[in-house]
Amino acid sequence: MNRPVAPATGGGRIRTRLPFPTAARPAVADTQLRANLHRATRTIRGKRARVVDEVPDWEALRDAGSAIKADVQRRLPELLEQFEASATAAGATVHWARDAAEACRIVVELTRATGADEVVKVKSMATQEIELNEALEAAGIAAYETDLAELIVQLGDDTPSHILVPAIHYNRAQIREIFQRRMPDVPADLSDEPSALAEAARAHLRRRFLSARVAVSGANFAIADTGTLVVVESEGNGRMCLTLPETLISVVGVEKLLPTFTDLEVFLQLLPRSSTGERMNPYTSMWTGVTPGDGPQDVHVVLVDNGRSAVLADPVGRPALSCIRCSACLNVCPVYERAGGHAYGSVYPGPIGAILSPQLTGVADNASLPYASTLCGACYDVCPVKINIPEILVHLRQQAPHPLAERATMGVLSWVMRSPRRWAAALRLARAGAGPLGAYRQRRTGARTLRRLPWPASAWTRSRDLPLPAPQTFREWWGKQ
Amino acid sequence: MRIALFITCVNDVAYPATGIAVTRILRRLGHIVDFPTRQTCCGQMHANTGYRAEAMPMVRNYVDVFDGYDAVVVPSGSCTAMIRDQYPRLHPPAASVAARTYELSELLVDVLGVTDVGADFPETVTYHPTCHGLRMLRLGDRPLRLLRQVRGIRLVELADAEECCGFGGTFALKNPDVSTAMLTDKCARVGETGAQVLAAADNSCLAHIGGGLDRHRSGVRAVHYAEILAATGAAS
Repeated sequence: MNRPVAPATGGGRIRTRLPFPTAARPAVADTQLRANLHRATRTIRGKRARVVDEVPDWEALRDAGSAIKADVQRRLPELLEQFEASATAAGATVHWARDAAEACRIVVELTRATGADEVVKVKSMATQEIELNEALEAAGIAAYETDLAELIVQLGDDTPSHILVPAIHYNRAQIREIFQRRMPDVPADLSDEPSALAEAARAHLRRRFLSARVAVSGANFAIADTGTLVVVESEGNGRMCLTLPETLISVVGVEKLLPTFTDLEVFLQLLPRSSTGERMNPYTSMWTGVTPGDGPQDVHVVLVDNGRSAVLADPVGRPALSCIRCSACLNVCPVYERAGGHAYGSVYPGPIGAILSPQLTGVADNASLPYASTLCGACYDVCPVKINIPEILVHLRQQAPHPLAERATMGVLSWVMRSPRRWAAALRLARAGAGPLGAYRQRRTGARTLRRLPWPASAWTRSRDLPLPAPQTFREWWGKQ
Repeated sequence: MRIALFITCVNDVAYPATGIAVTRILRRLGHIVDFPTRQTCCGQMHANTGYRAEAMPMVRNYVDVFDGYDAVVVPSGSCTAMIRDQYPRLHPPAASVAARTYELSELLVDVLGVTDVGADFPETVTYHPTCHGLRMLRLGDRPLRLLRQVRGIRLVELADAEECCGFGGTFALKNPDVSTAMLTDKCARVGETGAQVLAAADNSCLAHIGGGLDRHRSGVRAVHYAEILAATGAAS
């Protein structure tokens, strides 16, 4: 087969429209959203911690997961061809997509060929990434999300804000309001009890499952040696989509490959514990091509690059492709908890998004994301495949375009600090220059701190007092010894 | 044991009391402390903000200044983590001195084998484990083991202690809204403890949290834990 050359960068919903600090501002000011996120992330990270702590070989599992993914990245072209051969032999048709637009075009054409004007969808990050729903709609095909949280987001004309829990930014009262507004058949007295909301969604979706002729999914794993695709889920709605329609189209990022079926032993332990905080997820669906007379008889796999080859080419940034989309890093991230997922401007929010989105698009197109972290390291500690997110963030900051004033300041500081003589002189100057002011503030307020400074120092003094240099530097004290 | 003190740039200019405290603790324990005056800064701010080339002269200067010492003590978890974690990657000849560079609690507990440094500090203290000490150096409970031996101290637990305070170096300036939101929550947790003193291993994080506590007139003092370990009088 004629293999296309992948473009350097990806398209779709992976670019920030506003710089992260600007995009985060409304979320930080939204106390309802902050409360929703705080409650939800705290609950999930507590569950995760409990089920991870009970696994005696958790660290060994993480090492294994990391090693298998590194192996996949080293020989990805070979494994992709092996997958294509295995899946084709089992009756599936494999398609290759360079980028988001090409992947969408393939899915639209395949759907059109069936004559269907609607598809049911299994929750999938890849299809959100390539903006497939929008492409289908433009082609006159309705796409119905069937994952409960994706359905809430879709009915709310919103975008997901979390990888695992796309509607994490809503509480149940807000969800009831969306259902009452957008589900024509919902009871007028619908309560906001989770079971009542789930029942309303169930009734709404059941009709879709029974009438749909085409389903679109992603895949958590694609097994090279057997050609098997795997979807891990909680609700069973995915299972409905994967078994009832005649045609099944799966959009799969090329990094989802695993060499062998037995590798699932590692990942089916790592994923549920890291993502939902469960020992085992309720539904794991696996299919290998077509089984005559059982399930979809027209099975397609669309393998998508969309910038992944560029990530693969960078040995420091490459481990971002190991991500299994568990969202453990989102749930422990103090920045995510305050800023929410939409601030990241990409379907991949949180710490993993801050390293993945800029690599898929090229850092210049997402230059604020590598800075959307305090480098506290909580994400690295919980990552089931041990992606060193802080290290990659720093690596990407290196490639980000730097503002002129910042570059000048950093240059001067480096020039001063690289020289012991200049540094000592700068310390004397800082102490002497700030001395009278410090003494004045000490008399006035009892502390050598400043409360209000003009821009850009106002970024600090808006919420914290700024300490002034001490009356005597440490080296001056030492010199007097 | 001949121990060199790397004071760090922030401490030299704004927190000399922390360096004085480290010197006093080590001398009290019978060690010789040296302060090589050619030291400057570890380069972390530059390296972590995306200015590796600008950080490199500082990295090389650190190696030149400290390579001859048996041990280097640093009263900062973050600067120690920069040296131990990043230096060997940035500048391979730095690996040897990086391995002999210790955060204060590591030097006291692991190298010198002491937890009781003869301190006296009769106040209520809560301890915030700063991120790089916690997750890059894995300091664990070393600072708390030292604090528990202090005469008169009342240690109270900080809720959500392991959550970042929102400082993050240049993060505090680049993302002021998110940083402030994290700070507000951290200050609230500190306030709930009823402590008089918030202790930590990094004056940069303490400048952030302390700056927020002062702004809200909480009355809680932010103090580097070295200053508590150095205290011998009725109050520091």
